[in-house]
Amino acid sequence: MSSTHDWINNPLGVVKEMFDMSHNNSTSGWEEKVVKFFKEQLKEKDARTAVPSLNDVPLHYLKPNSLVKFRCFIQDMFDPEFYMGAYETVDPSSKAKMMQCGKYKDVAECSVDFHSSNTVNAERQTFYCVPVPGESPWVKERYASESQGRVVPSTSYAPSRQKRSYEDDDDMDTHPQKQREPNSAVGPQSPDNHHGNADCKRQETEAPSSQAASASHLDLNFPLPGEKGPSCLVKVYEDWDSFKLNDMLEVYGILSVSPVLSVLADEKETSSSLLDPTDSMETAAEQRVHCPPASLVPRLHLVHSQRLLHNNPLMPLTVMEQNTAFLSSTLSEMAAVRAELLTYFTHVLLGDTLAAEYLILHLISNVYNRRDVLPLGKFTLNLSGCPTVGSYTERLYHIIQQLVPSSFYLGMTLQNLNQMRLVPKKDYVANRLVSGALQVPKNTSLFLDETRLEQGQLDTAGVHNVTALGNLISWQKVDYDFNFHQMEFPCNVNVLVTSEGRSLLPSDCQIHLQPQIPPSQIEEYLSSLHVPSDSSSQVNKFRIFLGVARLLDYSISDEVTKSVEDDFVDMRKDDPQSVSAEDLHRMLVVARLLSLSLGQTTLCRDSWMRAKHIEMQRKTRVEQQKCVNGNEP
Amino acid sequence: SSIGDLMAMPTSPGTDLLSPAAPQDTSLLSSPSFLVSSPLMYGTPSSRMEGTPRSGVRGTPARQRPDLGSVRKAPQVDLQSEQPVSDATVGSEPSGGQRLVIWGTDVNVNICKEKFQRFVQRFVDPTSTEDENAGLDLNEPLYSQKLEEISVVGDPVLNVNCRHLQSFDAELYRQLVSYPQEVIPTFDMAINDLFFDRFPDSFLEYQIQVRPYNALKTRNMRSLNPEDIDQLITISGMVIRTSQLIPEMQEAFFQCSICGASARVEVDRGRIAEPAACRHCNVSHSMALIHNRSLFSDKQMVKIQESPEDMPAGQTPHTIVVYAHNDLVDKVQPGDRINITGIYRAVPMRANPLQSSVKSVYKTHIDVIHFRKTDEKRLHGLDEDAEQKLFTEDRVQSLKELSLKPDVYERLASALAPSIYEHEDIKKGILLQLFGGSRKDFSQTGRGHFRAEVNILLCGDPGTSKSQLLQYVYNLVPRGQYTSGKGSSAVGLTAYVMKDPETRQLVLQTGALVLSDNGICCIDEFDKMSDNTRSVLHEVMEQQTLSIAKAGIICQLNARTAVLAAANPVESQWNPKKTTIENIQLPHTLLSRFDLIFLMLDPQDEAYDRRLAHHLVSLYYHGEEQMEEEFLDMSVLKDYIAYARTYISPRLSEEASQALIEAYVDMRKIGSGRGMVSAYPRQLESLIRLSEAHAKVRFSERVETIDVEEAKRLHREALKQSATDPRTGFVDISILTTGMSATARKRKEEVAQALKKMIQTKARTPAMKYQQLLEELRAQSETAVTKELFDEALRALADEDYLTVTGKTVRLLA
Repeated sequence: MSSTHDWINNPLGVVKEMFDMSHNNSTSGWEEKVVKFFKEQLKEKDARTAVPSLNDVPLHYLKPNSLVKFRCFIQDMFDPEFYMGAYETVDPSSKAKMMQCGKYKDVAECSVDFHSSNTVNAERQTFYCVPVPGESPWVKERYASESQGRVVPSTSYAPSRQKRSYEDDDDMDTHPQKQREPNSAVGPQSPDNHHGNADCKRQETEAPSSQAASASHLDLNFPLPGEKGPSCLVKVYEDWDSFKLNDMLEVYGILSVSPVLSVLADEKETSSSLLDPTDSMETAAEQRVHCPPASLVPRLHLVHSQRLLHNNPLMPLTVMEQNTAFLSSTLSEMAAVRAELLTYFTHVLLGDTLAAEYLILHLISNVYNRRDVLPLGKFTLNLSGCPTVGSYTERLYHIIQQLVPSSFYLGMTLQNLNQMRLVPKKDYVANRLVSGALQVPKNTSLFLDETRLEQGQLDTAGVHNVTALGNLISWQKVDYDFNFHQMEFPCNVNVLVTSEGRSLLPSDCQIHLQPQIPPSQIEEYLSSLHVPSDSSSQVNKFRIFLGVARLLDYSISDEVTKSVEDDFVDMRKDDPQSVSAEDLHRMLVVARLLSLSLGQTTLCRDSWMRAKHIEMQRKTRVEQQKCVNGNEP
Repeated sequence: SSIGDLMAMPTSPGTDLLSPAAPQDTSLLSSPSFLVSSPLMYGTPSSRMEGTPRSGVRGTPARQRPDLGSVRKAPQVDLQSEQPVSDATVGSEPSGGQRLVIWGTDVNVNICKEKFQRFVQRFVDPTSTEDENAGLDLNEPLYSQKLEEISVVGDPVLNVNCRHLQSFDAELYRQLVSYPQEVIPTFDMAINDLFFDRFPDSFLEYQIQVRPYNALKTRNMRSLNPEDIDQLITISGMVIRTSQLIPEMQEAFFQCSICGASARVEVDRGRIAEPAACRHCNVSHSMALIHNRSLFSDKQMVKIQESPEDMPAGQTPHTIVVYAHNDLVDKVQPGDRINITGIYRAVPMRANPLQSSVKSVYKTHIDVIHFRKTDEKRLHGLDEDAEQKLFTEDRVQSLKELSLKPDVYERLASALAPSIYEHEDIKKGILLQLFGGSRKDFSQTGRGHFRAEVNILLCGDPGTSKSQLLQYVYNLVPRGQYTSGKGSSAVGLTAYVMKDPETRQLVLQTGALVLSDNGICCIDEFDKMSDNTRSVLHEVMEQQTLSIAKAGIICQLNARTAVLAAANPVESQWNPKKTTIENIQLPHTLLSRFDLIFLMLDPQDEAYDRRLAHHLVSLYYHGEEQMEEEFLDMSVLKDYIAYARTYISPRLSEEASQALIEAYVDMRKIGSGRGMVSAYPRQLESLIRLSEAHAKVRFSERVETIDVEEAKRLHREALKQSATDPRTGFVDISILTTGMSATARKRKEEVAQALKKMIQTKARTPAMKYQQLLEELRAQSETAVTKELFDEALRALADEDYLTVTGKTVRLLA
């Protein structure tokens, strides 16, 4: 077991050993060996949990240059950088030359011989990673409790960092809320954040006590307002083209928090002079973004990473097929859990079973494919007729948040629409992608609360935001603003719109809520609304259910295809006006989701009929509603 | 403050005149006449130029080239002896020179020089199409002519296309790319020797500088790697930021504060070796830097970002820092698309003696040697160059193979938006729009440019995937814009004037139509557009320009964009009993500017429903792989279109022209009998454009009859769909243009023939009653004959000059 500690506590030792070995017998390929070594080590059963996680262990408990893991989201990609992959040092006293390995490190020994012909230059890519945006608290807790058991013996870690521990303790332990407050109050895109903090860096070093205040000035660029957690500069050495913006990753890397990094940045700013070409290259703003103090934004030198298909801690990480045991046990329970969930949602949706049914379908929807521009499988739900009393929509959101791994509540107030930054925008001065609320990982539940909308005027930004939301819903894409051009990033977000009447945003499916509770009693009913407690086994079953249903494969057999076609032709015969291609599109999605929610991976005739049935019910209800409101389009 | 000092320099020439080095940085001295009059111009070269060979040429000052880095006094090495050769005479002897190379390279100065001179004197490129070479005799040595140009114009810069160099001497080219820092000064030397031999009397501001461009190793920013450091590279990108001018010190001027003696120190790699003691009076630490007598050169930092086209999906664009020097400063503005040629540099972090460790990262940048704007002339003329995408040989080959397939047209059409079911003709129309016609310039004869772009309007029931088609097209073309009629205003489409927040100046911001110049502007919900907004489209859709007169800015911008619009019927459902105009409520002036107007209707027929259902179901469950096999890849389609648009510009063949004339005359005939104009020259132009586009699809340089046939067919199909008068059942040209559905025409002809026969069989009375004739015809025919149909038949016979109708009587003619 001692070896385990070696590769976790001192991974650079492992790297150095391999580097030296290759150097002596001149067999190349030590780089692959390192990658392979860590991959092998992490394959072992407990190994993953043995590695401390940056998500739940405060930074100052972690030992510098040790192996850590980080569950994160690629928010921005910086330019590739060239570094000294291997270099020679000269001992000033003995003049002895030594080859050193520069990989997985930020800093080199000082006595570098810059003119040595043995220097090997190499290239690496930096990604700016933030914790998964919108991750529900239960997910965080669950992940933390899984790894915590092995990590926390903090006493052995704490003393290892003599130099910064005082400030860090101060900062991290006492001010996490403070640090967060200004952020959540002004929102992520407050213009003040960018200005007037030219001196903040100096403040930091001079007065550590004020660090918490100045730290908030350092905009960590979280996509969603009110987020917290460490962000990280992940340095990738291999195969960086395979990473994509907005990927969810679990990275294993060597933590680098050397204070030199911030000192270097600091010193550069002060000594900026006319004669050094490297100084004028970056603006102060760029400097701040690309070289933030390591105590706030640590560097991670990636040795192994895994793309996350989901961030549900209750499900196995790997592809479903490989976990047949898990899969079969869940599948057998699916129908039962679904029934329970339906009952529960009916309770939440004021006794409306049909709406509950659609809510389930919505929550397990997933863009599983794209045909040229058309995303397949999306199922945006517009829940109209929501009561405006007793902050019903907020309650609904909290319940959904309890069930899905990541979610975000966007109250569509005029202020939010006009002022919030939804679409990420490239800031060329600081050379970074300023995040927006629509930069979220896949399968995030976006809850748009239109009941909050009041009369007023949308300004230009507001119109752009509404357009962006519309594009997101219709095409599942967000056009990032690169100032001179736009760039399209596909996404996969479950959008739920709650509104009083029909939503102003497009949707795949509108259902009007029909409360079974008399309006006078709604408020009372709401106060007694049952919110699932975090630990109950039932709620975990729901979470697994929603997660698994989304990942299942699905197919339609030829016979069913035939009968679906027949059905469609018949329906068109009866009433060609009311059944269009769009309806068939929707019915196919509903049938798909309905089958999956029952744990069936092929469409059967029953499910098709049932899909048709609930669609009919929903349509009649929408028609009725139109008659009631009259003037609605 | 140092900039202020700089500006002051030319006004106080007294101090500078004394120094022999002063004229060397002539860029700072505004008046060249002063140089001519200065006797110091000629004579001893500056002390710091001793190491460089350029000073030898007739006293024309050499200008430092900061783009090549500080002048490296690299020793030449004899390969055999491995000893640095200090004696320059050895190098000048051809036999000894063979083995003499610049240290660290395989470049021999003399051989390199000779080779380059030979290149300049002999290189001929008869096929050159570059605009720079306009006016040059292509059969004469190209660069010799350019030298002549330099002697006349006096701009001492020689741009050399590396592609030419490579085709002439591959070895020299390799050396240039690998050791630009050594080879380019050699070129400079060679060209100046040559120039002053040929034009000994010409006067230049400073010596000619060679600027190679278009290094064949043209790279995507993403593919730059550590091996490219210190090599000559060409990359393309977009300027995103330019810094202010940075005065960079080239030579520091020190003066002794005790005795006033001065010393000049050249800046070497950003460092000045400050003299520790005065050489004159030997007092130590007495030398002080005098700023305004030091020499500075201009420098500017430019940030380049990858062009959006060559970026892999799902990643963010990379940026790179570029330094422009001297006269290249301020040559580019943010937003420009440029190709830059320069030397890729990496600067290591300097070790700081105070610290025990150093960041192991290099800073990289490019020292630019040559800028080439790719969209230079966008606002002025045609820019076929700009569109030029580099295709690999293989790709071109495979595209050509594809073009030879007999069903290439159908194939491409079905590859277009495969997720949208059927609507074959609409897809074909859009395909032709993507290719566009050939550009024709009639500005000589006063009509200006003819529109080459095809405009298409789709109208029809909501939910018939019109928007989806638009989205697809928008995603397919490199310069596409997507707007919605609901959300766009006139200014959003055209251009607006706003105050730049930084400079407080009025600037013109271009809107969607201008941005999609040379592309396609997709406008959804065309009908929801306000009249005001729509009116700007009139100019764009025919003249292809946009005139703006607001806030003191009066200009005409090019907007050579094809418009693909989608409109919904006013009553939300298409009313088949109404005409297109009534259904979409668009002014006919605008409608007539569309080459093709398609209806996308729900056909409501069982077989169609079944096919549709099958298509949709399979869409939802077949995997990506199966679908891919059936259709062409989107990227192939993209390349195919780009290739055809760039390289193919078909011309009408004789037969095709005849066919077009016939088609046009036919169209004119249809309505002429009824005393109305049924086809305008506009329709003829549409047909020509469509035929040309179809020829482009076949990669054919000639428009053949088959192209005309298809254009006619498509045009007719579109009209049949959109210009049919629902009341009379035939296409009425007063709605849109002209044309008639095939069935209606057939029926009319039948009735006309029956009528004629009937009249012939009857007694030849010259006049008949209208009503009577109708009743007789009705009695005779098996199918019902409506009054309208009867009228039509009469009109058809009248067209044949068989009879005339006057009031209620029908008279036979002849």
